[in-house]
This record gives sequence, structure tokens and C-alpha cells, in this order.
Amino acid sequence: MTTETKVQVPSFMTKGPDRKICFICSKGNLDMAYPALIMANGAVGEGIETHIFFTFWGMDMINKKTMHDLKFTLLGNTAMHPPGRFGISMAQGLGGLPGMTKMATWMLKKQIAAQGVPEVPEFLDLLVESGAKLWACKMSVDMMGLTKEDMHDGVEDIINVASFLELAADAQVIFV
Amino acid sequence: MSTTQIAGREIHVDDEGFMTDPQEWTEDLAPALAKHVGIDELTPDHWLVIRYLRNDFATEGETATLRRISSNAGVTTKRLFELFPQKPGKKMAYVAGLPKPKGCI
Repeated sequence: MTTETKVQVPSFMTKGPDRKICFICSKGNLDMAYPALIMANGAVGEGIETHIFFTFWGMDMINKKTMHDLKFTLLGNTAMHPPGRFGISMAQGLGGLPGMTKMATWMLKKQIAAQGVPEVPEFLDLLVESGAKLWACKMSVDMMGLTKEDMHDGVEDIINVASFLELAADAQVIFV
Repeated sequence: MSTTQIAGREIHVDDEGFMTDPQEWTEDLAPALAKHVGIDELTPDHWLVIRYLRNDFATEGETATLRRISSNAGVTTKRLFELFPQKPGKKMAYVAGLPKPKGCI
């Protein structure tokens, strides 16, 4: 075995310039809520300055009245494969049957929980605890007749597009 | 395979500087490893996390993620970020002589 003596400090302590990431959450479906939350959680755990801007239907993710109750529907989602039949999509027509959305939501929540991933409101708590910043879109707030009191307590502020763009000026921006 | 000197001992490490043989780790290495990641003093809370990681790795064969530690070791995520600032997952794995966590959350 050949050996060489290396510098002691691990590379993650010295690598690269400071990074900043802004996620834009524009969807209120359960399955569209998670990608940004999971990536943002990963980012903040890597020491990256992390912001999440909620707009349009994404407001449901931070609205206290809806954030506990996001739903997943089969409708319009051809990537839904029932367990044990991987590769075969569910017929779209099934998605319109009464109770289907409730069942699909229950199943997805179960699968997400099995990965140790918290539900959306608790996930937002976790992100805020970790240092991520949550922002609500001014136009969406006005359009939906909301106030800051209607939103998850971790929401930093309601900001307009210009403020968001200033925030994102030197950041990588990911739209979900 | 590379080696490096840590606390006067020859230790095997990978390209990123993580120890490759968990058996080479002993508690007396931890303070030296901690200094490499900017932690000058290991408090009882640091040790609680480090010992949890070591015990969990011994049974699970992989490094616990932040979520797993906060759920099982009774240390909040906020506290983990205070103890191991900025890159808690990597820092605590490094100090505990374990591979970096593979899980996403």
C-alpha cells in the first residue's frame, strides 16, 4: 500500500466561494411542495445561504389554513404507478373518482413519512431553525386577501418582486 | 490510500479528508479533528452527538443524518447548527471519524 501524507484540514472547510440559493415555490400540491423543501434543507446544511420565496399556489405551503392539508392528485400525473406494478401508469380516469385524491394523498404522506421526512408545517419549522429564510410574495398576498398573521410563523416578511430580485441578485435561483 | 498525522497518530483518510477506517478513531482524536473544522472546544453536548453517531454507525453501518439525530438523540436541529456551525452533517461526521452522511434529510 502506498501512502502519502496529506494536509489535515478536510476539503469541505476550504472549498469554493460563499454560495447562495433562492427557491421559488409556485405550486400548492403536496408532491410539488417537497422538492424545494428537501433541496433547501440540504443547501442550508451545507452552509449555503438559503431563501425560499412563496408565490401563487405556493402560498398554500405557508398559509396556516392550508399548509397542514396539501393534497396529491392522480389527475394530470402520468408518473403515478401503483405499488407492485411499477412501470404501468394508473388510468387517468381513476383520478376523477370520488375519494381518489384523498387516498392518493394518504399514500404519498405515508411514503414520505417512511423516509423520515416531516410534514410541510414541521418541515418549515425545521428550515427556519436551520437558518433558511422564508418570504411571501406581495402580489399573491394581496390577491388572496392574506396578512402575515395568516402565514407560518417562520415567514420573514412579505416582499415584492423587486425586493426578491435584489435578494436573488447573486444567487442561484430554482423555480418549482 | 492516504494517511495524515492527527494528534500524533498516523490516520487513513480519503481525498476529502474523512477518516476511512472507523476503527482507527478513539475519543482522544476528536478534539484534534474538531479543531480542523473550527471547533475549539468540545462541550458535553458535542460529545452527546459524537457518541450517538458512533453508536448509531456501529449498529446501522451508515452515518446518521441531522434529521435522524434530532429525532433520536434529543438534540434539536437548531442546537446541531449551533454546535457544528454551517455544515453540521459533514462536521459532526468528520469529528466522529465517520464517512459523510449519505441520506438527503
